[in-house]
Amino acid sequence: MQSDLITNLYVFILAAFIGFEVIRRVSPLLHTPLMSLTNALDAIAVVGAIILAGEHKSTLSTVLGTIAIVAATSNLVGGFIITDRMLKMFKSSRPQKP
Amino acid sequence: MTPVIPTDHIIEITYLIATVLFILSLKWMSSPSTARRGVFAAEAGMLLAVIGTLLHHGIVEYKWIAIALVIGSIIGVPLGEVAMTAVPQRTALSHAFGACCVTLVGTAEFYLRTPNVPRLMMGVLALEVILGSLTFTGSLMAAGKLQEILPQRPITYKGANIVNLSVLAMAVLVAGFLVAHPGNKALFPVIIGVPLLFGVLMIIPIGGADMPTVISLLNSYAGLSAAAMGFVLDSKLLIVAGALDGASGLILSINMSKAMNRSFTNVLFGAFGQEHTSAAGAQEARPVHSATAEEAAAILAAANKVVIVPGYGMAVAQAQHKVRELYDALSKRGVDVKFGIHPVAGRMPGHMNVLLAEADIPYDKLLDMDDVNSDFPQTDVALVIGANDVTNPAARTDASSPIFGMPILDVDKARTVMVIKRGMSPGFAGIDNPLYYLDNTLMLFGDAKAFVGAIVRELTGGHS
Repeated sequence: MQSDLITNLYVFILAAFIGFEVIRRVSPLLHTPLMSLTNALDAIAVVGAIILAGEHKSTLSTVLGTIAIVAATSNLVGGFIITDRMLKMFKSSRPQKP
Repeated sequence: MTPVIPTDHIIEITYLIATVLFILSLKWMSSPSTARRGVFAAEAGMLLAVIGTLLHHGIVEYKWIAIALVIGSIIGVPLGEVAMTAVPQRTALSHAFGACCVTLVGTAEFYLRTPNVPRLMMGVLALEVILGSLTFTGSLMAAGKLQEILPQRPITYKGANIVNLSVLAMAVLVAGFLVAHPGNKALFPVIIGVPLLFGVLMIIPIGGADMPTVISLLNSYAGLSAAAMGFVLDSKLLIVAGALDGASGLILSINMSKAMNRSFTNVLFGAFGQEHTSAAGAQEARPVHSATAEEAAAILAAANKVVIVPGYGMAVAQAQHKVRELYDALSKRGVDVKFGIHPVAGRMPGHMNVLLAEADIPYDKLLDMDDVNSDFPQTDVALVIGANDVTNPAARTDASSPIFGMPILDVDKARTVMVIKRGMSPGFAGIDNPLYYLDNTLMLFGDAKAFVGAIVRELTGGHS
């Protein structure tokens, strides 16, 4: 348990550094789609909610898990749709290579 | 018969691939030419992770999962189809949904595990629930202000900071007590309820101009609470996704704060405009030069290089499509037209870029502040549409100005400045803008959409 927490802390720190380095390079042009994409990624919390609702350990956990799935799924679906809609609009004036 | 590869390993492998795809998707977001591939990678990763999770041996009941996935998708589709002008409030709303999910899962986990919650775990769980709850109500408040269900102007009262801080301190204290006594079921609702209240109090004093920073900050909180949930559930996939989201939100909030020359604490505990509105009201009327659409069109037609500076006013007037017509009319005459975009123009990071891209303006014409500022001295006309404070030269020169030190677009260095504005009222921060009284500034009084339309008619009507 204790060692798991430490391993997870390493994972968190490394992921945060990767996040900083990768996202720093995102052009300000795309900051709005970036935010809606990371929002959709955040909806990965749905995996926790699915297990919670599916394990059926108590009525409370099933109810809360089910509502949590609804919240996360709507983020996931909506987030991906709008991000792609936004990115489709960004066109260059220079002729694009196929 | 046991399968060749245990299901647990298959699940872990799908999570691992999903993690890689998430990181790649953010990497591909760096350029508009690869960004859509990024969305595809993220979608693939998400699908894999969800399928992997459904294989989990602990799941005994699929009915509610299926129903919830369907309802969530039904709610999600319209949220993905909102108009581009509504993107800031949609984003705030989705932060609220994400935080809601995290808080509910955290709550369920507590009641399943109590009283056998290790202390360290209880600390992380408390962090998850506190961050989740305050992000939930904070984001709902922000969405309400952006949708104009709630008043947009900051609401302040004496001692607000002390009240807010004591509310937060109370949540932290109770969380500390729970860490010491993780079996105390009765106290757990307090670390949900109090942060819910704090979220509301936190956003009440925030005004519209601060929204880009606040939305980014809430983005970061939502990510961090998801990462905390990853610790509680021992899910590395969730930790990575939460850390990426948290890092992204943090970078954006730092950018926004820098672009306003303000610290986080100032944004959250400052309530900008309040004290200055009275001072601006007392300002005596000074002479300004104004021009008609006909005169403006003539000057624009004679220019070689034009930079258009859009602000929130353009979004409010829905003028972006008229601006595109202006861009076309001028480009056709051989005028070099570019757009100068301040990082905090609009209500969320990148807001103007999305609106202009929607109006079919090529993204290579959209320049950010650092790139465009060196261009202004060689620019014939800087046309400001619905932007105010981000063009205020007082930020450079007047040490007594509340926005002194804020990086601005140096439109005053252009040969001619034209400002489309409804009237002479001060901007959001309530600060008078000396730009309007300069000799090379022409005020174009009117609604942004109507005025740009009139200029376009002048440009295309007589001469083309």
